[in-house]
Amino acid sequence: MNTKRNASPSLWKAAFAVVRKDLAAELRSFELVSAMLVFSLLVIVIFNFALELDVKVRQSVTAGVLWTTFAFAGTLGLNRSMATEKDRGCLDGLLLAPVDRSAIYFGKALSNLIFMLIVEAFVLPIYSMLYNVNLFRLDLLGVILLGSIGYTAVGTLLSAMSVQTRTREVLLPILLFPVAIPVLLAAVKVSGGLLAGAAFSEVLTPFNILLVYDVVFIAVAFMAFDYVVEE
Amino acid sequence: MQPKPTALKILDVVSIIVLAISTYLALFYAPTELVMGEVQRVFYFHIGTAWVGLLGFVLAAVSGIVYLVTKDMKWDRAEVALVEVSAMFFFLTIVLGSIWARPAWNTWWTWDPRLTTAAVTELIYIAYFMLRAGIEDPEKRARFGAVYTLLGGLSAPITFMVIRLFRSIHPVVVGAANANQEKLSMTGDMKVAFFFALFAFTVLFVDFVWHRIRLGALEEKVEQLKLKVSM
Repeated sequence: MNTKRNASPSLWKAAFAVVRKDLAAELRSFELVSAMLVFSLLVIVIFNFALELDVKVRQSVTAGVLWTTFAFAGTLGLNRSMATEKDRGCLDGLLLAPVDRSAIYFGKALSNLIFMLIVEAFVLPIYSMLYNVNLFRLDLLGVILLGSIGYTAVGTLLSAMSVQTRTREVLLPILLFPVAIPVLLAAVKVSGGLLAGAAFSEVLTPFNILLVYDVVFIAVAFMAFDYVVEE
Repeated sequence: MQPKPTALKILDVVSIIVLAISTYLALFYAPTELVMGEVQRVFYFHIGTAWVGLLGFVLAAVSGIVYLVTKDMKWDRAEVALVEVSAMFFFLTIVLGSIWARPAWNTWWTWDPRLTTAAVTELIYIAYFMLRAGIEDPEKRARFGAVYTLLGGLSAPITFMVIRLFRSIHPVVVGAANANQEKLSMTGDMKVAFFFALFAFTVLFVDFVWHRIRLGALEEKVEQLKLKVSM
């Protein structure tokens, strides 16, 4: 019991060390966030013409367009962030470190989340400007945060798996999307409802599902990560 | 090579017999449904396949957990067998359901919670096989497979809950969700056909899974012999 209590602060310290490493690497190159960002903008451009986003259509599909964009860009980031670990032998180094392996999971998940939030922080104002809708509402931002947490929690685990397979990058979306459908659909439902002017109590059910998904999948991914990286 | 166990031989014969009886009960014994007519007879096999598909899905997740705890390859073989057999039954459920849906709802497909969850589950199965196909090391393949069935088994019910927020037209057989949903009422003879179909498909399911587990063990033996020869 006592050792566990002593281990917990070092778990967070180790996790933050992983986050710091990822952020420092990203600050030097900007290759991950810039790729995600350009990709997101391209997806929005394609949606603009594919769905002919005029005022009437926009009202009903804004939430769907945003979440599809985030999901696609998120996959790009998740893949890249784990591939760099694997290619340069960094993952082996991390695993050799005398820390709890769940610290590595939390570190990677947190930095993936940060990258996704940075991209969202750029996409939201651009989308607001392009289509003249106000997306900067506290409730909506909260939903986006919760959705991104669930998506990166399960995505980090699955990217650690897909990077070790023969097909690698190709496999991640195939593994991730069917499992992430609940979090994406719940997030679309809540954000769509809020954008349509519904009161928060009306979207409480999908919001609760979003919360349940986050809690369940963080817990499971945290426990399963050990089995995914062990050699 | 070990000969086929006698119990399995007997089970083969029994499953053919119960399937034949179930077919007779569904097609001739059960009375014709008043509103839907003859097409309703597809219902008995639809439920039978759906039941074992779901059973296999749950048992596969359980085998996955047991594998992760015990690291015994026999649980991995059980998991693969369960996923493969229940994927096949689930596919049959979707096809049979479509045959029923066409005259009853005037469409082959609708994005109803049950239908959508079935489709997503089928996609999880496909992703599972693609994941396994991409890994050479049998021990790693087993570990990743177990983690993925666990994730799939957790996300499928949440998918169902999310899509339930949308309208449903699927009739309820067991347990009523809400009052205005169509409830299927069965006469005594229908119930006989219904429960016998459940029983028949369970027997068939056990038979198939047993065969598949045996096949998995034989596959492993062939692998080992090949290794021995090449050395």
